[in-house]
Amino acid sequence: MSNIPADLRYTNSHEWVRDNGDGTVTVGITDHAQEQLGDLVFVETPEIGNTVEAGDACAVVESVKAASDIYAPLSGEIIEANPDLTDTPELVNSDPYGAGWIFQIRIEDEDALEELHSAEAYEAVIAEEE
Amino acid sequence: MPFIPHTENDVRDMLQAIGADSIDDLFDEIPAELRSGELKTVPAAMSEMTVDRMMRDRAALDGRPLNFIGAGAYEHYIPSAVWQIATRGEYYTAYTPYQAEASQGTLQLIYEFQSMMTGLTGMEVSNASLYDGASALAEAVLMAVRANRKSKSRRILMPTTVHPAYRSATHAIVHAQDIELLEVPFDPRTGRIDPASLEQWNEEDITALVIPQPNFFGVLEDVDALTAWAESRDIIVIAVVNPLSLALLKPPGEWGATGADIVCGDGQPLGAPLSSGGPYYGLMCSKMKYARQMPGRIVGRTVDADGKPGFVLTLQAREQHIRRSKATSNICTNQGLVVTASTIHMALMGPEGLKRVAAHSWRNTHDLLNRLADAGINTAFDSEHFHEIVIRVGQPAEQVLERMAESGVLGGYALSRDYPDMEDAILLCATETKTPADLERYISALKASL
Repeated sequence: MSNIPADLRYTNSHEWVRDNGDGTVTVGITDHAQEQLGDLVFVETPEIGNTVEAGDACAVVESVKAASDIYAPLSGEIIEANPDLTDTPELVNSDPYGAGWIFQIRIEDEDALEELHSAEAYEAVIAEEE
Repeated sequence: MPFIPHTENDVRDMLQAIGADSIDDLFDEIPAELRSGELKTVPAAMSEMTVDRMMRDRAALDGRPLNFIGAGAYEHYIPSAVWQIATRGEYYTAYTPYQAEASQGTLQLIYEFQSMMTGLTGMEVSNASLYDGASALAEAVLMAVRANRKSKSRRILMPTTVHPAYRSATHAIVHAQDIELLEVPFDPRTGRIDPASLEQWNEEDITALVIPQPNFFGVLEDVDALTAWAESRDIIVIAVVNPLSLALLKPPGEWGATGADIVCGDGQPLGAPLSSGGPYYGLMCSKMKYARQMPGRIVGRTVDADGKPGFVLTLQAREQHIRRSKATSNICTNQGLVVTASTIHMALMGPEGLKRVAAHSWRNTHDLLNRLADAGINTAFDSEHFHEIVIRVGQPAEQVLERMAESGVLGGYALSRDYPDMEDAILLCATETKTPADLERYISALKASL
């Protein structure tokens, strides 16, 4: 059973979103997603300053046998990308909700956060997949 | 299970299983008028003996002309050992292997090839080759659009001194992907790009600049100034090179302050015969930071679980079998056999041998230039050249070349085919294969044809 913290929001495509309370959010991939991908060997983070629409592919995680897009969960501007992932992509495996965060967005519309899944709803998404 | 294609019985069984009467039935939904029907211009089958005779007869019709045409494919001497070794059973394969890691020898050869390419170009990483120079340039443009994340315009500066066939192939491949190729004209006096002419784009969002070296006219571009202009604007520099020339010239990895970002070109001058235009191979190298944007296969060296060295296909997550529609390219095939020959050729020649071939080619062309000047024939451009030059003969070049061909001398390439206002211009090349007597024969054939 993978770890799904109750204080985060989630997407169908297995990103988690943390509300930083100042109009910005932090984004990563869930424990479930990192388990499915296996050991990551590379993370391509988005360019800081780029604007993204919700649903845009804006980062890539690559494991030994697969590469997957990470989608922007919300529209806004990329303000931060995790610099540690360049040399230590395995942080996403070892600490997906902490040191393995991928990028931060200054979001256009704070209300849109409410439309993302709660932990409970995301658990149902995973259950359905399996 | 026998390793043979489906037999008539197999075909019948399969048709029966899906309830079709014939193979033609499977194409029913394609309207009759869209089908090719009989291919009337394709003759009936011939026996091997008949074909052999026909091809020998036709080959004889070529005679043994003295060739001074370059224009992208160059006549060089290939030591007999090269193809003797390349056609050994162990090497004789057209592609990178499918069961890659089971073919350690092939992978090692490609690894050596990549090492030689990075050595020649001064770059950090090379792929296992692409189809040819023209498609390699198209792939380099696509790669630059992926790699330059600061640029949104998808606009590429494409000088008209780049090989015309490369430009049209690139246009064909990239134009439907919303990528714009902007022409950069050349200075008619020097036959090269004037770096100052780039200033009109100073304030524009440009994704990449293509720099040919030598350019289609054989002229050496001011690569440092061009690269410096691009570097200061975060524009990706794509070098299109003749790899043989790099035995003498500054490698693209050292252009400007930080070097070209992507290098491509045609590998033909390194061990592939002219052979009516192919197969040749395309080369591609880049800076390591763009390796994940590269098309094609890449062989890496590693160690196995016991610490023994071995070779693998690496960074495969870029490729279509893993990345599907988001793969860097559809091209995951290389030109295995030609690359094998080329690697053997380079190993046999060594850096010193390649340098001597390049220098000899330059000297022959320079000698010819001097002899032409003595004969009152002018060069079109006042610039440094590699092993190719442009002359102006004061009358339509096509006809002059036809008359030269009648006397057994292929005198060059008529530039009017691609540059309509250069009707009297001939692009010619004298590689190391030419003797002083050959150069004299060129002069007399040209004089007699004017």
